[in-house]
Amino acid sequence: MTTIDPTAEVTASGVEAGDSALGRLLAAVPDWLTSTDHKKIGRLFLGGGLLGLLGTVAINVILGIERSGIGNINDGAMAQILDAQRVGLVFGTLLPLATGLCVAVVPMQLGARSLAFPRLAAAGFWMWAGGLIFSMIALVNNGGGLGGDPNMVDLFLGAHGLMAIGLAAAGVSIATSVLTTRAPGMTMRRVPFFSMSALVMALGLIIVMPVLLGTLTYLFLDHRNGREAFGGNTGLYDWAGWIFSPGAAALFAIPVAGLIAEGAPLLFKQRTPARGIVFAGFGLMGVAALGAVTQEAVHNVPWVGSNLYLGGSDDVRTKLFDLLPWAMFNLLPLLGLTIVLLMTLFLAKPVKGARPNVTPALAFGLLGLGMVMVGMIGTALFAIEDLGLQGTVFAEGALIYVVYGTVLAALGGMTYWAPKLWGVNLPATKVLPIAGLGVLATVLASLPSYVAGFDEPRDVYAILVLVGHVLMALTVLGFIGLLVTSVRSSEGDTEADPYDGQTLEWAAASPAPANNFVDIPTVMSAEPLVDSKSNYGQIDSEKGDS
Amino acid sequence: MQALTAGPAAAPRRQIIVGTTLGVVAMVMMVGSMLAVWSEQRTNFVERDGNWLPSGVVIPEVASNVALIAFIAICTFAQWAVWAGRRNDRGHGVFALSATALVAIMVINAQAFIYSEMGLGIGDGAYATMFYALTGLFVALMIIGVIFTVVAAFRFAGGRSDNEILAAHAIYWYAMSVIYTAIWFVVYVTK
Repeated sequence: MTTIDPTAEVTASGVEAGDSALGRLLAAVPDWLTSTDHKKIGRLFLGGGLLGLLGTVAINVILGIERSGIGNINDGAMAQILDAQRVGLVFGTLLPLATGLCVAVVPMQLGARSLAFPRLAAAGFWMWAGGLIFSMIALVNNGGGLGGDPNMVDLFLGAHGLMAIGLAAAGVSIATSVLTTRAPGMTMRRVPFFSMSALVMALGLIIVMPVLLGTLTYLFLDHRNGREAFGGNTGLYDWAGWIFSPGAAALFAIPVAGLIAEGAPLLFKQRTPARGIVFAGFGLMGVAALGAVTQEAVHNVPWVGSNLYLGGSDDVRTKLFDLLPWAMFNLLPLLGLTIVLLMTLFLAKPVKGARPNVTPALAFGLLGLGMVMVGMIGTALFAIEDLGLQGTVFAEGALIYVVYGTVLAALGGMTYWAPKLWGVNLPATKVLPIAGLGVLATVLASLPSYVAGFDEPRDVYAILVLVGHVLMALTVLGFIGLLVTSVRSSEGDTEADPYDGQTLEWAAASPAPANNFVDIPTVMSAEPLVDSKSNYGQIDSEKGDS
Repeated sequence: MQALTAGPAAAPRRQIIVGTTLGVVAMVMMVGSMLAVWSEQRTNFVERDGNWLPSGVVIPEVASNVALIAFIAICTFAQWAVWAGRRNDRGHGVFALSATALVAIMVINAQAFIYSEMGLGIGDGAYATMFYALTGLFVALMIIGVIFTVVAAFRFAGGRSDNEILAAHAIYWYAMSVIYTAIWFVVYVTK
């Protein structure tokens, strides 16, 4: 029995639209609303994520103006803005961008004609979108976690429950795709790196989102009825605030590592040995980040001054008991990420005489992963009690590092797979400056918060953060502008395999048709396209000899 | 670039079973986390007030025990449907699925009976709110299970010869029995 939708091609072609713009619009709206084509569902998530990011940036700008001493916002409104910032970063930006890229790309990489349970994924998108809109309505009407309007607080809680269900549904769809719709011959060991990282993230969604939903159910009923069990508004962030932590965000940033691993072997066009180690890196990141989510706690790690003195054997044991939980929950995800990074360097080993083939996946992936890594290091430091970072903006800086790092990687993914998703090849000369601007924006939006955590809040830090967020808005707007102009000026002659790729998505036409492949290819290795290219990986002089 | 060899259409590898299993994992995580929060709150309230179950409230243990036993029947009937599906025996299959749905509805009825016997309002304190949240979600999962059973029965009766959905259906009820056993122990036995 199959749950792959055989009618995708029909729905994608849409109804006869006529030539008028209105006619095309009328035909496109129901097509997009009801589409089961994974590329459209993925693009809906991606578009929603970029819109969410712009909204979040606007909120951050307001926050920056207030913190830099220019604004005059009352405490109640400030609480709502802080809530809106966290919701926007995690639910409005990080989750839809990571999920959208996976939904859009994974089936093509697997050699599948469709996503498993495509209607479930589409329903997941609409639940996420509806939940985010309801959540913002609640926040605007004084209904956030510390809001004063009880009905709006209930709406806020219900909206997050809706988003949790939607994202878990999308996670089931992605994970089932990787586990069941691979092309013949594609064993789990031959699954492309990005798809494997998508599987780890999807399992994270399946495991984490129901926990959030269960907690929100308690909070919702308690808030509506008596507020005795969880303390009403004040208890909301004690019980469900973990979803907005940088540790939880790191779990959903795992596809960033997949993206960089995807681009590394293309640099000098080599096959991918030791794939298991990269997979282990993804798994370690997933398991350890999940552990960090569940055990989000402050640790009394010996750090400052005399505490470093270990004394006698009992003292050593006590200090080890303090140190080990912190190391397990904070250093293991970093170890997983480091493994992926080292393996990436190994896979990108230079070949004498060969010209490097730098893809957007590698360039953006490296930049994004660097930012995520700094965020994860910040998360580890934040958990050390002696550093006194609790109650400062340090955690906010770590969260922004992780989220904006993922944004950079998502922009890289959209650039890399633009030929398949939009039928255009974005010019590197225009994309790379945008990537540079994005890195500058991320550093400015986050690093001053790190410094302020150790120092004290100063206007200059707030102004730098404000500038960082404005630059991030420019980055995203620049990318959207470049994409739109490229699509509008496209003549439909985009190369199917512009990067000399190794994985199956590059065997499909550009843009990929509704069902991706005419014939499902048989996979004989982890680099199925390399098998069909006789000169792959040979330097130019060798090609001439052959 | 040479064209890749066209192979046969990829055989989906038991999509319904894998999807249901992942859904079941999500369900177990949700109920597991709710039971963990329940246990923590119970400890907090016992330390603070000395009791968790409101005074005067009696849990009808017979109904909760009968519901637990009913899950043995549900799992047996669901597995019977899988057995019938393998033999393409429509009579047995539809009967087993109907029996599954009937017993599941009886469990929902038992839960409704527990509600009426306890006489708690949803706003009658922390215990009542959390009790209705936990058991209410359980009832919602039971209703989803009944719908799953009805869909599987209609497909089977309508001549769809795939057995995958029957196996997935059985997995769902096995998971539900695990979930109810945990709820029964934490909520109805340890109180």
